[in-house]
Amino acid sequence: MEANTRSTGRLPAAFLTPGSSSFMDFLSEHQPELLPGNRQLPPTQGVIEAPHGTTIVSVTFPGGVVLAGDRRATMGNVIAQRDIEKVFPADEYSAVGIAGTAGLAVEMVKLFQLELEHFEKVEGAQLSLEGKANRLSTMIRSNLGMAMQGLAVVPLFAGYDVDRDKGRIFSYDVTGGRSEEHGYAATGSGSIFARGAMKKLFREDLSEAEATTLVVQALYDAADDDSATGGPDVARRIYPIVTVITEDGFRRLTDDESSAIARSVLERRLEQPDGPRAALL
Amino acid sequence: MSTPFYVSPQQAMADRAEYARKGIARGRSLVVLQYADGIVFVGENPSRALHKFSEIYDRIGFAAAGKYNEYENLRIGGVRYADLRGYTYDRDDVTARGLANVYAQTLGTIFSSAGEKPYEVELVVAEVGETPDGDQIYRLPHDGSIVDEHGSVAVGGNAEQISGYLDQRHRDGMSLAEALKLAVQALSRDPNGSEREIPAERLEVAVLDRTRPQKRKFRRIVGRQLSRLLEADGAAAEAGGSEDSDEE
Repeated sequence: MEANTRSTGRLPAAFLTPGSSSFMDFLSEHQPELLPGNRQLPPTQGVIEAPHGTTIVSVTFPGGVVLAGDRRATMGNVIAQRDIEKVFPADEYSAVGIAGTAGLAVEMVKLFQLELEHFEKVEGAQLSLEGKANRLSTMIRSNLGMAMQGLAVVPLFAGYDVDRDKGRIFSYDVTGGRSEEHGYAATGSGSIFARGAMKKLFREDLSEAEATTLVVQALYDAADDDSATGGPDVARRIYPIVTVITEDGFRRLTDDESSAIARSVLERRLEQPDGPRAALL
Repeated sequence: MSTPFYVSPQQAMADRAEYARKGIARGRSLVVLQYADGIVFVGENPSRALHKFSEIYDRIGFAAAGKYNEYENLRIGGVRYADLRGYTYDRDDVTARGLANVYAQTLGTIFSSAGEKPYEVELVVAEVGETPDGDQIYRLPHDGSIVDEHGSVAVGGNAEQISGYLDQRHRDGMSLAEALKLAVQALSRDPNGSEREIPAERLEVAVLDRTRPQKRKFRRIVGRQLSRLLEADGAAAEAGGSEDSDEE
């Protein structure tokens, strides 16, 4: 029993010491070796090859926010996995989508989820959305050493701000720098193309259905021009993961729902491969 | 020069136990009952912010009677223990039995170490299973002993009388409204036999609800939902019970 190795079955003193409500702070005091950022990497030649996740997109709409990701993980020019999941609920009212080194990203999400849950249980109240975004920033910063060796993790954080009654998006860089995005945002290798698509299609007054379709269109465009991003895989029935966060909390679209959206986008693309057009003037 | 007093070990332990019991008896008692869809925690608590019941982990809840700062300390220790264990291994590896053991060891060590004053607390650790058979309820008195309970349990100063009352009336498969009402009846009986009214605002109620779709089964029952359950007669109330879960 990990928690008990240092004593005779009694909770160690660190457990009963009043202090921070942060699980990460507790770990760094009690068992710092368990924190991902504290791992010592041996010196390596060149960049370490590990599966990478690619494109994550997010769009706000009145009453909420949509966060979606493609399903491809690549290792160099090889497709490492076709059905990887890169979008996760962080808690009841927020979600995080991650581009970058898949293994580290999944671990970071697990710790981030725990960090939020731990705070909520200890304090009896949720962190503010801003507070959650800042915690994620700290975690990315602690990964900077590995990012320098090519193991970067770049998340997109989206949530429903209960205090302001609206959806908000935060994007990050590898150093943990955080910025709030207005309307739409994307991260990962296909993000330039996705962002172009969203820029043309985005409006302030989208409905939830339009917003979910928009992100699938954007992911299609990313996959169209970026080899590391996967498009909807009709043959294997692998469709993008689309999540919606509103006043009612986090919801991940079912496979049926996301396949319906992806199929309708595909059908339109059969007639018009470059997708919907914005008016010129 | 004065000779130091000799106190026999039996006497020392009896004194410590009495000290702890008296401390616990100063607070209100609380009850934990199994019902058809889970486990319900009911207690009288005028405070909205300082809880007697709380979530430890996905399926595990915590209830405490006695001295607030001491049980709060143990509660946070339990949350840290559970989160660390779930992080190191897997969420399924966090169990009420493991947690109860750690609490028992902790309370036991404190109780019998001469340097520390005994904790004036009595705890309940409960885990809701997939089915009623999988439910686990552990009662942990101040001295670090551990009691595996079934059906209903009461802790606090007036616990013996209340659990006697509950043992006679509690049965398996009660609805939430029925269990809640039984709990309130049990709590509103005074030690001298008379009854008093506990208004809904002074009740703290929480459940571990196995029908909840989320991984985390703990939720508080407050406000309208609570008064609806208290007013409803028997099974009729149940329909609305689990629907609007998140009005915390």
